[in-house]
Amino acid sequence: MINAVGAPQSLLLLGGTSDIALAIARKYARSGLRVVVAARPSDRRTAAATELKGLDCDVTEVDLDARDHQSHVATIDQAFSGGDIDIAVIAFGLLGDPEQAWHDPDLALELAEVNYTAPVHLGVLLGQRMQAQAHGWIVALSSVAGERVRRSNFVYGSTKAGFDGFFMGLGEALRDYGVHVLVVRPGFVKSKMTSGLDEAPLAVTPDQVAEAVVDGVKSKRELVWVPGPLRVVMSGLRHVPRPLFRRLPL
Amino acid sequence: MSDTAVPAIKPSVPEEQPVIPQPLVELHGWGRASGTLSHLAHIDSVADAVSALRRSDDRGVVPRGLGRSYGDAAQNAGGTALDLTRMNRILSVDASSEPATVTVQAGVSLDLLMRALLPFGLWVPVLPGTRQVTVGGAIAADVHGKNHHTQGSFGNHVLSLELLMADGKVRTLTPDGDTKALFWATIGGMGLTGAILAATVAMQRTESAYFLVDTDRTADIDDLMARMSQEDENYTYSVAWFDAVTKGRHMGRAVLTRGNKAAVADLPVKLKRDPLRFVAPSLGTLPEIFPNRMINKATAKAFSTAWYFKAPKHRTGELQNITQFFHPLDMVAEWNRVYGPNGFLQYQFVVPFDEAEAFRRCLEMIVNSGHLSCLNVLKRFGAGNPSPLSFPMPGWTLTVDLPIEQGLDKLCDALDTEVVGAGGRVYLAKDSRLSASTFRKMYPRLDEFLAVRREVDPTGMFNSDLARRLELSNPTTGGAA
Repeated sequence: MINAVGAPQSLLLLGGTSDIALAIARKYARSGLRVVVAARPSDRRTAAATELKGLDCDVTEVDLDARDHQSHVATIDQAFSGGDIDIAVIAFGLLGDPEQAWHDPDLALELAEVNYTAPVHLGVLLGQRMQAQAHGWIVALSSVAGERVRRSNFVYGSTKAGFDGFFMGLGEALRDYGVHVLVVRPGFVKSKMTSGLDEAPLAVTPDQVAEAVVDGVKSKRELVWVPGPLRVVMSGLRHVPRPLFRRLPL
Repeated sequence: MSDTAVPAIKPSVPEEQPVIPQPLVELHGWGRASGTLSHLAHIDSVADAVSALRRSDDRGVVPRGLGRSYGDAAQNAGGTALDLTRMNRILSVDASSEPATVTVQAGVSLDLLMRALLPFGLWVPVLPGTRQVTVGGAIAADVHGKNHHTQGSFGNHVLSLELLMADGKVRTLTPDGDTKALFWATIGGMGLTGAILAATVAMQRTESAYFLVDTDRTADIDDLMARMSQEDENYTYSVAWFDAVTKGRHMGRAVLTRGNKAAVADLPVKLKRDPLRFVAPSLGTLPEIFPNRMINKATAKAFSTAWYFKAPKHRTGELQNITQFFHPLDMVAEWNRVYGPNGFLQYQFVVPFDEAEAFRRCLEMIVNSGHLSCLNVLKRFGAGNPSPLSFPMPGWTLTVDLPIEQGLDKLCDALDTEVVGAGGRVYLAKDSRLSASTFRKMYPRLDEFLAVRREVDPTGMFNSDLARRLELSNPTTGGAA
């Protein structure tokens, strides 16, 4: 349970090697914090676990393969085997090359599975667990790309649109059970996912996203934009007529 | 162990019928800071309690009284909380025995007990800062009062208790004999050995409901500690309110109030006519209108200064009634609302007498932290009792009320480190934030408690948010599951 001064006792990172997930874990790290790092077995996962152990956290590594749906049940079972999870972060995702993504059916399918199908499947499993424990937070890392899907990365954007809608709805469904869902809509995040890409305006660091997550949980928010002003920008863009929207350099 | 099978139980819900799920309700402690949703089961009888136990799932059950513990001890997210406040009958009184005894159901409040027994010249042996606690809660938290240095905590006065255990049986436990390990694990056991259903308590005798009180203002913390060390033994009751806002030379300036029960001969003629009259004025209920940050630099400073200077510099033999002397806060119902919706936490710790320097450092940390506390209590504890999880031990105990604000976690963690280093501990009935690892360091006899719990509740049927947080909930693995 998140204690009276806002410190969680346990953290589950689904996509535990993501820059944002690790930045969130660093913010919450304190002696004895239980962290379950769920990701594919890799050196990066080992490195993530080692870093968190160095911060005096009590770390468990669990296998997570987003595309192997059969394995999700075991992943969640293992994640909860050490007790309640106070905050579960869904941080895995795949960007892909946007032009290749709508020409290559395999890549399109992979994006849909990793960014939408797997989060929905894991979200339902997490929801069941959290409903039973009647407390906890699911932090779902969405994206502004899903707010109004743009031509320039519409395959990725469409998966995030579905993701966002699912977790907003899950938050409503779980409200009466004491479970909170925080949907996070960052803009361009300077991370390994976007390395090599041109930086967009209002770009943020994983650390800023983590800061927004910690604040959002503390003040019991349902939705946060990172940075905050993106909310204004996007609510403007949402209403731009399509012929004009098409011409915008987005 | 003397097994007492539950006599002729008629479960209120026949087992073959589908159970209608109880709605989830938000339960929180007096600090209002970390509420969660539990299924609240109203218990009217032993049979109800047994049936609620049978219906519970792997989230378990926790007994709950009047909800005066400050943290998460009497809530159980996703599980069941047994509301025992309807079990509020005084079963028998024996005023002729020595000591006089009373047997009550666990939901009887100390307020009710006092009102009922004062007319017979019987006095509740230990009174915490409020009368609005149940006997069951007083035992489970092993509460203490202003007389700890002379008369110990509540558990010291319990002669026997009835415990509903995880196996559905009710056992009678006594402080000596076969059941003593379970008896003492239940004292201060935070409801994790079972649900206390009834208890027999040794009462004290009194001629009056008044106290002869000496009040002194002390210049600073050193003056205060010196006076308490030298003079406390002359008084049955002793406590100090101190200023935790003023820094520098006057840090820890305090109002020390100490007293003894008044005899009839001490009373003025007017009060002699009815020496056992219980005066409990009520100023009403605080409405839910206070914003966060009501306690700010200006209000805290003003309150602390006023509180200090309103007390006489030195006055002896003042006659005070129960509410004045023990429970000024009981005059205002729901006073915790003053802290606003974010709530507050109470940090109470004890360090041994020879660690007065660590104690001083803790006080300095609080005063210099920028976190503001108005209700600050300093007390000297006497000897502890055999309970493995009981809080009191010989030493200095300090209590501060801190509104939940940014950075409070850091202050509390730093205080924990100092307290652990001094071989001290914090009080579980107040706690809402301690980590499992720090808790282990503070309670070196935890393994004794867990051994008893493993025996009587191997699957962790009695469970609570506090138990999960402190990793007491699965006695077999010692884990948080």
